[in-house]
Amino acid sequence: MVSIDVWNAAVDFPIFDAKSRSLKKAVLGKAGGTIGTDSRVPIIEALRDITLSLQHGDRVGLVGHNGAGKSTLLRLLAGIYEPTRGSARIIGRVAPVFDLGVGMDPEISGYENIIIRGLFLGMTRKQMEKRVDDIAEFSELGNYLSMPLRTYSTGMRVRLALGVVTSIDPEILLLDEGIGAVDAAFLDKARDRLNDLVKRSGLLVFASHSDEFLMELCNTAIWMDHGQMKMRGSLREVLTAYKGRDPFQDMSAATLQRLGLADTPVLPNGDPAS
Amino acid sequence: MHPPNVIDRPVTPGASSSRSWSRAFGDIRDGFNSRQLWAHLGWQDIKQRYRRSVLGPLWITVGMGVTALGLGLLYSVIFPVKVSTFLPYVTVGFIVWNFVDGCLREGLDTFIANEGLIKHLPSPLSVYILRTVWRQTLLFLHNMVVYVIVAAIFFTSIDHPYSMLLNNGGTMHPGLSWMMLTAIPAFVLIAANGAWVAMLLGIISTRYRDIPQVINAVIQLLFYGTPIVWSLDTVNGASKVAKTVLQLNPLYHLVQVLRAPLIGQNPTWTSWCVVVAMAVVGWALALVAMKNYRARVPYWV
Repeated sequence: MVSIDVWNAAVDFPIFDAKSRSLKKAVLGKAGGTIGTDSRVPIIEALRDITLSLQHGDRVGLVGHNGAGKSTLLRLLAGIYEPTRGSARIIGRVAPVFDLGVGMDPEISGYENIIIRGLFLGMTRKQMEKRVDDIAEFSELGNYLSMPLRTYSTGMRVRLALGVVTSIDPEILLLDEGIGAVDAAFLDKARDRLNDLVKRSGLLVFASHSDEFLMELCNTAIWMDHGQMKMRGSLREVLTAYKGRDPFQDMSAATLQRLGLADTPVLPNGDPAS
Repeated sequence: MHPPNVIDRPVTPGASSSRSWSRAFGDIRDGFNSRQLWAHLGWQDIKQRYRRSVLGPLWITVGMGVTALGLGLLYSVIFPVKVSTFLPYVTVGFIVWNFVDGCLREGLDTFIANEGLIKHLPSPLSVYILRTVWRQTLLFLHNMVVYVIVAAIFFTSIDHPYSMLLNNGGTMHPGLSWMMLTAIPAFVLIAANGAWVAMLLGIISTRYRDIPQVINAVIQLLFYGTPIVWSLDTVNGASKVAKTVLQLNPLYHLVQVLRAPLIGQNPTWTSWCVVVAMAVVGWALALVAMKNYRARVPYWV
């Protein structure tokens, strides 16, 4: 069963500068007696008191201003940062899409990059070769897949990255805001595929500043502020509190229909009334 | 459509501390299992270095060939030795040293160089260790082409008992034989040593950025202090004390276990024991470092 449980977790970054990182201070400090005894490394509390539990089927949006800890929380959920205090338990195969440049080689073809990306996500070469056609079809990159990656636009890279992570049946999908570079038509397609994936096997956490994307992909949300969870609840509830207005308010009936919200009377907290 | 409290407080605290042996061993096990990943990354590193050059990775071989030939000739003029036996000696010494030196230098840098990947993708840390050691292994294999050529040219001078000195004095070496096959376990042992060095010093260097500088400063000295471009046979005049001191250089033993069988010499049992002991003690230290600081590396890079 896919799940992420985080218990009172904190992520503290030690800030090393040339002085505190070097051995000189550590060694000479001891040898020299009193001088430099106060060489404590300053610490940034990037996250604190994070307690949450995510289950199969959750589609969680992360909102919050720059530096609120959204990306750090995603990396905590990915298992990259193990909490400095508290604990985290991640059960399921994690597929993060954070920085699109990392782990991709600009000099080799899109096709080769698909394979590498897959290897990083724990697949084998053979398994990835089977999925190449599917990824090519989904990403609509066509012949571009045989071109070196440096010829790709940002949006094309996002398509490639999303194609890979959605093709490998990940259980925990973590998306950072970078995926905002794709066009509306592709987003539609991606949404169906992502929703499908979450329904089938997993959970999704998505950090974004775009209401539109959040509404397309998520049903619940967490509002991060100063490294803490300021609020959690349904997407509508959280977005209303965060933005100061209800983003679903001005939506056309067609959009609501598409998001599956139309014709269902909705309470202010986002719950269906029935 | 909107289930209210999906983000509940977990009932029980999550997994145990990140400083556990099981997680450290788990990391190493997962690292080995991602064989295709590190094998690919290591090979890609080499291809990238020689991209768009005509010879490609063959340049590694050519570079080693030039160095070995030049130094072999130069030093056989300086020392009273036979070119036909000294040139293979220098060549193999250089190839082995390159591997040891590469594992040490690039091992220190393992995590620092992979900062981006460590921060963006949740993969075991040992993947990066294996990537580094595998890259060095591939370089080593490229360089071995030079050994094969040199050994073929001078085969007739080293296939029987020989002395490296012009006056045929000094130590007599038994010459090439099936003992050559011991080079394989020797290489595995050296690679195992390279891996723990990368793991232990990689973690320390990530935290203390002066360590790579210190070691880079010392390593050049170690090169001259290790019999590679000179031979113990040529320092017959040296005092017993000097020879004893040389025995204390662990790099001498590392180089010796692999070099000796390849050029028909006999490594001493002391050398084998030292190399095995280094691997055991080193891995023990590296595992302790892995247990205690594995989870800190993403914070430190």
